[in-house]
Amino acid sequence: MFESLSDRLSKVFSRLTGRGALSEEDVGEALREVRVALLEADVALPVVKDFIARVKARAVGQEVVKSVTPGQMVVKIVHDELLATLGTEGVELSLNATPPVPILMVGLQGSGKTTTSGKLALRLAAERRKVLLASLDIYRPAAQRQLEILAGQTGVGSLPIVMGERPVAIARRAMETGRREGYDVVILDTAGRLHIDQELMDEVAQVRDAVRPTETLLVVDAMTGQDAVTLAREFNEKIGVTGIVLTRVDGDARGGAALSMRAVTGRPIKFLGLGEKLDALEVFHPDRLAGRILGMGDVVSLVEKAMSTIEQEEAEKLARKMEKGKFDLDDMLSQFKQIEKMGDIKGILGMLPGMGRMTEQLKSAQIDNKMIGRQRAIIQSMTGHERRNPDLIKASRKRRIAAGSGTSVQDVNKLLKQHQQMADMMKKVGRMGQKGLMRQGLGGLMPPGMGKRFGR
Amino acid sequence: MSKPGLFGRIFGRSGPESDAPAADAPSVAESPIAEFPVEEVAVEEVIPEEAVADESAVAEPEAPAAKPGWLGRLKAGLSKSSDRLGRGIGDLFTKRRLDDEALGDLEDLLITADLGVATAAKVTERLAKTRFGQDVDADEIKAALADEIETLLAPVARPLALDPSRKPQVVLVVGVNGSGKTTTIGKMAKAHADRGLKVSLAAGDTFRAAAVEQLKVWGERSHCPVFARDTGADAAGLAFDALAQSRGRADDLLFIDTAGRLQNKTDLMAELQKIVRVIKKQDETAPHDVLLVLDATVGQNAHSQVEAFKEIVDVTGLVLTKLDGTARGGVLVALAEKFGLPVHAIGVGESAEDLRPFEAKAFARSLVGLG
Repeated sequence: MFESLSDRLSKVFSRLTGRGALSEEDVGEALREVRVALLEADVALPVVKDFIARVKARAVGQEVVKSVTPGQMVVKIVHDELLATLGTEGVELSLNATPPVPILMVGLQGSGKTTTSGKLALRLAAERRKVLLASLDIYRPAAQRQLEILAGQTGVGSLPIVMGERPVAIARRAMETGRREGYDVVILDTAGRLHIDQELMDEVAQVRDAVRPTETLLVVDAMTGQDAVTLAREFNEKIGVTGIVLTRVDGDARGGAALSMRAVTGRPIKFLGLGEKLDALEVFHPDRLAGRILGMGDVVSLVEKAMSTIEQEEAEKLARKMEKGKFDLDDMLSQFKQIEKMGDIKGILGMLPGMGRMTEQLKSAQIDNKMIGRQRAIIQSMTGHERRNPDLIKASRKRRIAAGSGTSVQDVNKLLKQHQQMADMMKKVGRMGQKGLMRQGLGGLMPPGMGKRFGR
Repeated sequence: MSKPGLFGRIFGRSGPESDAPAADAPSVAESPIAEFPVEEVAVEEVIPEEAVADESAVAEPEAPAAKPGWLGRLKAGLSKSSDRLGRGIGDLFTKRRLDDEALGDLEDLLITADLGVATAAKVTERLAKTRFGQDVDADEIKAALADEIETLLAPVARPLALDPSRKPQVVLVVGVNGSGKTTTIGKMAKAHADRGLKVSLAAGDTFRAAAVEQLKVWGERSHCPVFARDTGADAAGLAFDALAQSRGRADDLLFIDTAGRLQNKTDLMAELQKIVRVIKKQDETAPHDVLLVLDATVGQNAHSQVEAFKEIVDVTGLVLTKLDGTARGGVLVALAEKFGLPVHAIGVGESAEDLRPFEAKAFARSLVGLG
């Protein structure tokens, strides 16, 4: 398997950091690696060339030579240029128009338009907007039904399906319904189409003219190759795109397409699709992606995600306990539940720094949601008394718990040890207080063993 | 829209298609199938009428004979993409010495066709061995380039082999989300059913909303029974039951659809292994084929996809879809070199006839812009 872009760059730069002064030759060598890495990450060739030229112009010469740590300097220059390409700021969805605000979703077949429409609906509904979903996909079998089901799952409105109606008519009816029934947003999900299919492109242009969408989002798979440039350009020229949604970012594709499309169209990337669950849609932050590409992790995203998921109440309860330096197995159980609620554990770990190197270890350590489920089962096989007083658990109780949870005594031991470590840490955190926690950052929260195991 | 009309789809054509290569259809004349019992699935209530309505709305006089041959379709599909590559080469080599700079430009062109850095370098190196320093024109260089690519692709151009002794031959279809698994199964089922084979479909994508309905529509089009359960049901259990019923019917082919999954999701990949395990409980030798469906727009991530799926479910062949866009599918060249997996078919459009056998020469020549 290819190394990830962050792996590759970090390898290049660790070599640079290991040396003293930085020659033009060093920069050249590093940039050759960067070029290959970017190409293997599916960044389009013209974009790569442009990018390399800019980095080179800045890297060779005083800036770097004067720098104390040349590697860091190059990292910064590459990072800055990545940011310059991706756009320095995240751009929000613009919904400042007279409701109902139409949002048009376009893209190739299989890029994830329908799923993204559902996710977007959920997101907007969470912001207390009244959302109507309407499918204009009369071509793929059962596509309209798919969106209807998603609308049901997200609890938003769905335009009743009328058989045989043409897309433009559906769009008009959707807007009418939106006005009549007081919807804030109408999301129009179109059929997948090739950007060179004149007939279908004309059709979506007619829809555009009929509803004048406030936002036209181009949905593109993060796995897209060199063709990303062509399709983004064509969709932008023929339909006029206001933003890009990159889907399947939770895969192991390096998402070079994002860089290419941004460079070619100048349109911002607005959202990232990060999983199959309907809440797996995140606002795109260029600085975070650039940081992620460079192996600096995506701590901000993680913290935000954790904040919105972990219920305030639970958090306060935990905080009180932490202050007292108490952390029993019931608390551990509720933590597991919260982690599961946050989604796929690998998705969460992927946002942490150093993830690139962790992937392999994760594979061998078999860390996944199943493992957390097993640990939950172990705790749930304990009596309430045992959970509050873990010291009670000796040999025969361990055997009972193992049998009850379908695990082994070793697993129970492992869990108890893990709990002990977490409890120790909680005591430490309790002593530090909230300010201390912030100073130490997330690293302070990693159990001691974990840091060594997964750290770089 | 030149889609075949409603009746053409539902009732199929009387005989095998005239342009279908006979080579990949071993005769199974001993099992002529007149009509399928369709009580396995309550198609009437499931068929979303919009499919019907939509097609009757665009229905045109049925004229299957006027369809271009498969080569024409491939060309039409690929030419859009190869145009640019071809033009690029044309611009480069109108009268030019093949030197380092020219080779570098050539390599770049191959990279933009998604061949990948390593394969692009390799192909140009091989070209340089024979042609370096010569004055070459565009056509020469195109032909030479096509030859190099064809050499790499020829060994993998093998259609799905049918074994009439298997009742049924079990074909498991896997891939990432949105690559075109369900559509590919629909097209394959139709093609084989039209040739008189007894085909069943198992709607194993029990995850995505309406995926089951989508396959049922294809089942209706090809007159194949579809074994299905509700969305959210256990896919492995469904596969097990589908195989049991298919064996009972003595089918020639059973296509098992699966939910799309990203190759780095270990839990979802483990689910796929479970499907294979339960299938093996009934038939040690099954699944006989495991097809990985790749989207032509996919770039270098295709390597990761093949690698992961191969490791988990022992992929036996590839299908490349959506070649009718501007994506060139050049990553296939790199995949052929690295994995040597057969490429059974390519998809160049949305209708059932648009799934075609993969031909190395035609693909290579189309890729570089030669007719």
